[in-house]
Amino acid sequence: MFSPTYLLMDLRRSLRNRRTLIFLVVMPVLFFFAFAGPYQSKNDIYTYIMVSMAVYGAMIATTSTGASVAVERSLGWTRQLRLTPLRPAGYVLTKVLGALVLGVVPVVLVLAAGRLTGAQLGATIWLECAVASWACSLVFAAFGLFMGYLVPAENVMQFIGPLLALLSFFGGLFIPLDQLPSALREIAPWTPTYAVGEIARSPITHDGLTAGNVALLLAWTALFAVGTGLLFRRDTARV
Amino acid sequence: MPDTTTSRPHRSPSTAPPIRPGAPAVQLSAVVKRFGEVTAVDGIDLIVTPGEVVAFLGPNGAGKTTSIDMMLGLSQPTSGTVEVFGGRPADAVAHGRIAAVMQSGGLLKDLTVAETVQLTASLFPHSRPAAEVLERAGLTDLAGRRVGKCSGGEQQRLRFALALLPDPELLVLDEPTTGMDVETRRSFWAAIRQDADAGRTILFATHYLDEADAYADRIVLVSHGTVVADGSATAIKAMASGRTVRATLPDADLAGLSAVPGVTSVEARGDTVLVQTTDSDRLLRHLLERTDAHDLEVTSHTLEDAFVALTTDRSPR
Repeated sequence: MFSPTYLLMDLRRSLRNRRTLIFLVVMPVLFFFAFAGPYQSKNDIYTYIMVSMAVYGAMIATTSTGASVAVERSLGWTRQLRLTPLRPAGYVLTKVLGALVLGVVPVVLVLAAGRLTGAQLGATIWLECAVASWACSLVFAAFGLFMGYLVPAENVMQFIGPLLALLSFFGGLFIPLDQLPSALREIAPWTPTYAVGEIARSPITHDGLTAGNVALLLAWTALFAVGTGLLFRRDTARV
Repeated sequence: MPDTTTSRPHRSPSTAPPIRPGAPAVQLSAVVKRFGEVTAVDGIDLIVTPGEVVAFLGPNGAGKTTSIDMMLGLSQPTSGTVEVFGGRPADAVAHGRIAAVMQSGGLLKDLTVAETVQLTASLFPHSRPAAEVLERAGLTDLAGRRVGKCSGGEQQRLRFALALLPDPELLVLDEPTTGMDVETRRSFWAAIRQDADAGRTILFATHYLDEADAYADRIVLVSHGTVVADGSATAIKAMASGRTVRATLPDADLAGLSAVPGVTSVEARGDTVLVQTTDSDRLLRHLLERTDAHDLEVTSHTLEDAFVALTTDRSPR
């Protein structure tokens, strides 16, 4: 049903990919320095942006892992897997777990970069932000899977990349929400990135860990999960 | 009265295989598969007994790949039943009793040959050692090469190696040698033959007549989604139209030749007559004793003749 060896080899394969490494390691830290740099002396803002970038990094990592099913489908690998005892559900589970494992990397790196450059937070706050950023990225693993089953193309990430950037704006990850045009500001609170951003930053802002945001996050996760399930069933019945 | 221009093929009903104890390796009963408007498989009955080497022969679009997909549990029949070793195809796959070598695709480009084997092996509760299957597929020297950098024939050998991992009782191959060069093809079939001799049941789909003729104990000829003929290569060849007798005979009495028992068609080309007959001995005696025919030549029909006759004569339903 589930193979730990498969998960390990899948992770090793991801890390072997240069582009994945850049997205995982280089980009989030680089973005952090670029966006937060000017505010290094203002701890409140500095840490706020730091967590936003951690969320962004985890989002990219988990979405791209989920979306890797698109490449594997287009190559016919998933069909080959159906000739093995690995149940399709086991395959999806492997992808989700892989996403969560990889999601740890950018979170740890960005928070470490922040700490090393003088960000100040209470000891438990560091942990809370880290765990929250990481755990919430589950919704993006589901999103990645959903896109992966919807768009069976090898270059699926070229399609998803801009989409994620847009979602990041809605989540106030790059610029504060109050600086968005009012029309977009209306939409923002309904997006998954908004919920993730708010919840991940809540240990700092003491605001944002609301029932509404949690419900929003769960709803989006469920939506993508169900969507994936349906597309998946269509996939396996198609032949 | 037989035609004087075209031969009409004989067609006998497919012979039912003898009943043996134990479940057949594969059993398709009245299987139909439709995709919307298209009927890919239009009522196939097939039994493959363990130990056989069966060729699934037919032109492209005959329904071979669709039938194979159903045997592997990759798709469900619209009606009819598919059983592998007496149970559901998916169960046979899960227990590693059936394995397949696909025609193309199904490989990850950034894994090495060895990693692909190891990864697949890790998914089976019991599997042959990776080194062993690599050896059998002739891939030991290529173990460290990225799949994306392997040639088509090398990738096909990798698919073969993967299929050997669960040590399946039944090996299904879908057009396995398409795109292979002669040497690769020969060594591939040598390895398959070894397997068959060791007792593995082999079912392979092909549109290469020479392959079916050379490597199969039994040929199942399919066309337009149904079984058109089922038997040994010899039996199928005989099914087509017996033999052709060619003779030089100026001013031949065509009507007289047609009247000879067994003759199914007579054609004159200049001074040569071409006569199709199911009883060549009779015709030869007639030609030698009753006519001035000389330079007589008797040829048996090839599998290709049978193939063409049996598959193109049918119109789609």
